[in-house]
Amino acid sequence: MELATPHAPADASAQASRGWIRVENLSVRFTSRHEEVLAVDDASIEVKPGEFVTIIGPSGCGKSTLLNVVAGFIKGNDGCVTVDGVPVDGPSIQRGVVFQQYSLFPWLSVRQNVEFGLKMKGMRRFARESSARTLLGLAGLLAFENHYPDQLSGGMKQRVGIVRALATSPQVLLMDEPFGALDAQTRVVMQEILTNMWQRFRLSVLFITHDIDEAIFLSDRIYVMTARPGRIKAEIKVDLPRPRTAEMTSSPAFATLVQQLRQLIREESLAAMGTELHDGALGGFATEVGPGGVCNIVNG
Amino acid sequence: MLTAHKLESFDADKALEETHLEAQIIPIAEPAAAPPLAQPLARPPAVVKRRARGIAPRTLLTWLLSALSLTILITAWHFAVKYKLDFYIRFNNIPSPEAVFDDATSLFGNARFQRHVGLSLRRILAGFSVAAVLAIPIGLLLGRNRVARELIFPALEILRPIPAIAWVPMSIMLWPSNEVSIVFITFLGSFFPILLNTIQGVQSLDKVLVRAARSLGASRVALFWHVVLPGSLPHVFTGLTIGMGVAWVSLIAAEMISGQFGIGYFTWEAYSLVRYSEIVLGMIVIGVLGLVCSGVIRLVGGWLMPWAARQNQELS
Repeated sequence: MELATPHAPADASAQASRGWIRVENLSVRFTSRHEEVLAVDDASIEVKPGEFVTIIGPSGCGKSTLLNVVAGFIKGNDGCVTVDGVPVDGPSIQRGVVFQQYSLFPWLSVRQNVEFGLKMKGMRRFARESSARTLLGLAGLLAFENHYPDQLSGGMKQRVGIVRALATSPQVLLMDEPFGALDAQTRVVMQEILTNMWQRFRLSVLFITHDIDEAIFLSDRIYVMTARPGRIKAEIKVDLPRPRTAEMTSSPAFATLVQQLRQLIREESLAAMGTELHDGALGGFATEVGPGGVCNIVNG
Repeated sequence: MLTAHKLESFDADKALEETHLEAQIIPIAEPAAAPPLAQPLARPPAVVKRRARGIAPRTLLTWLLSALSLTILITAWHFAVKYKLDFYIRFNNIPSPEAVFDDATSLFGNARFQRHVGLSLRRILAGFSVAAVLAIPIGLLLGRNRVARELIFPALEILRPIPAIAWVPMSIMLWPSNEVSIVFITFLGSFFPILLNTIQGVQSLDKVLVRAARSLGASRVALFWHVVLPGSLPHVFTGLTIGMGVAWVSLIAAEMISGQFGIGYFTWEAYSLVRYSEIVLGMIVIGVLGLVCSGVIRLVGGWLMPWAARQNQELS
């Protein structure tokens, strides 16, 4: 029943205070040598307990910056970020993070990677091992517990990354384009695994992606971010039933959402590529526009 | 009739081909339909098999080629001496490999010679150990702490380009005994490679790993021990290997200039006393000792960093 109504977990009072992310009027500025760059501009988002929320936007729009502020890796200049009402001040074991570059410790075996957070907590070796084994079993990685990360495929590495972030039972999982480096087939499988994990652990997820299908397939809600400076442009509710299946991606409801998001993102991608790139240029050289093509047009 | 028959047979062939194609498709489709989680489980045995099959003939070939390489070197040497080759470089006074070998058999049991070798090894061990013990912690500190780096690094940068051998006269004045000054030269030779590589190891550590560790609850101290240290270890060992090489270079030079004992002094003394085969012997012993020392470092490195050893194995 709780899986059927992930949009309104506030009703379930028992978990109402767990993993509630609120970002209010957040602005983040970076000062490079010559200029000040406004990466995130007055962004407000919310992830309710147990909710799966995605931020989607063109590359370089500041969506990862926003996630890094929630993770506590960087500080915002204005605004307020709280998790369960407590202001974020530095990284915390309550907020698990999954990175695009896997970021597994290459000198630790798969199981030791998963145990890392538990070791930092001071958990005894035996308890640590059995807890790591249980999680690895869930992710289908038990046979690889003694392998080193370099011996694994990208999809397996990222499963270890997810399991490692879950090992300390955080209330919140922050995922920064976790499947960005994977091939399309592996991605789809990983999305299903993630959905399963999320439902099993019932945590709040803030997910960053630029893949429209991925965002719709996974999320309860989607925030669309504008090109730099990153503002929240739209919020879209995904009213597809759970559990989601691969077949749903070909349903009319899914197609409508894709269309809607594609339109929103296209505007922003064009804006992100610069003002020199007009629609006319794209129309005229529709088949030619690759990285080189765009450059030529801009220069000409 | 004939054409009809032809057509018929053609059709039959085509049908066969079709069924054949179908038969081919089915086994390909089957594993794809299997649950994706089961697929990776099949991988490790395959990897092991490939390794077991691949390595044996290859190591055999490597050994054969190494033996061939050495044989060519010694044969060339032998003939160059035998025919007293003289074309700008002169082999007139160079001892033959046989003469060197004869000398070696008598000399290796000689207590004086053993003392030379023992003393050189002791100097290397002392100089190199002090260098490692000082350079690694300083390198870790300078790599982590910007203020410390900016305070200490400029002074080191001025000292660094001075070759260790250039320190010989200064060293003799600085230290109370000849022995200590030679150890100091050896120390200087290995200190900077170890230090610089350690600093580089710390600074090239992936920042995402630090973030990951912090989000998993690592304190500053834990971060240092569990992330910074193991993360920079490969670079530290690169520094140790280079440092060991430079330590030998510095030691031999220092022994030749100011020593009374040691394998470097032995080699130089052989030249002064016109014992030509002992020169070659000294050189070979120096080479072998250097090889053994860097081999020991590699062994320790492989033992401390099993993950890196595996990588190297796959690369080679």
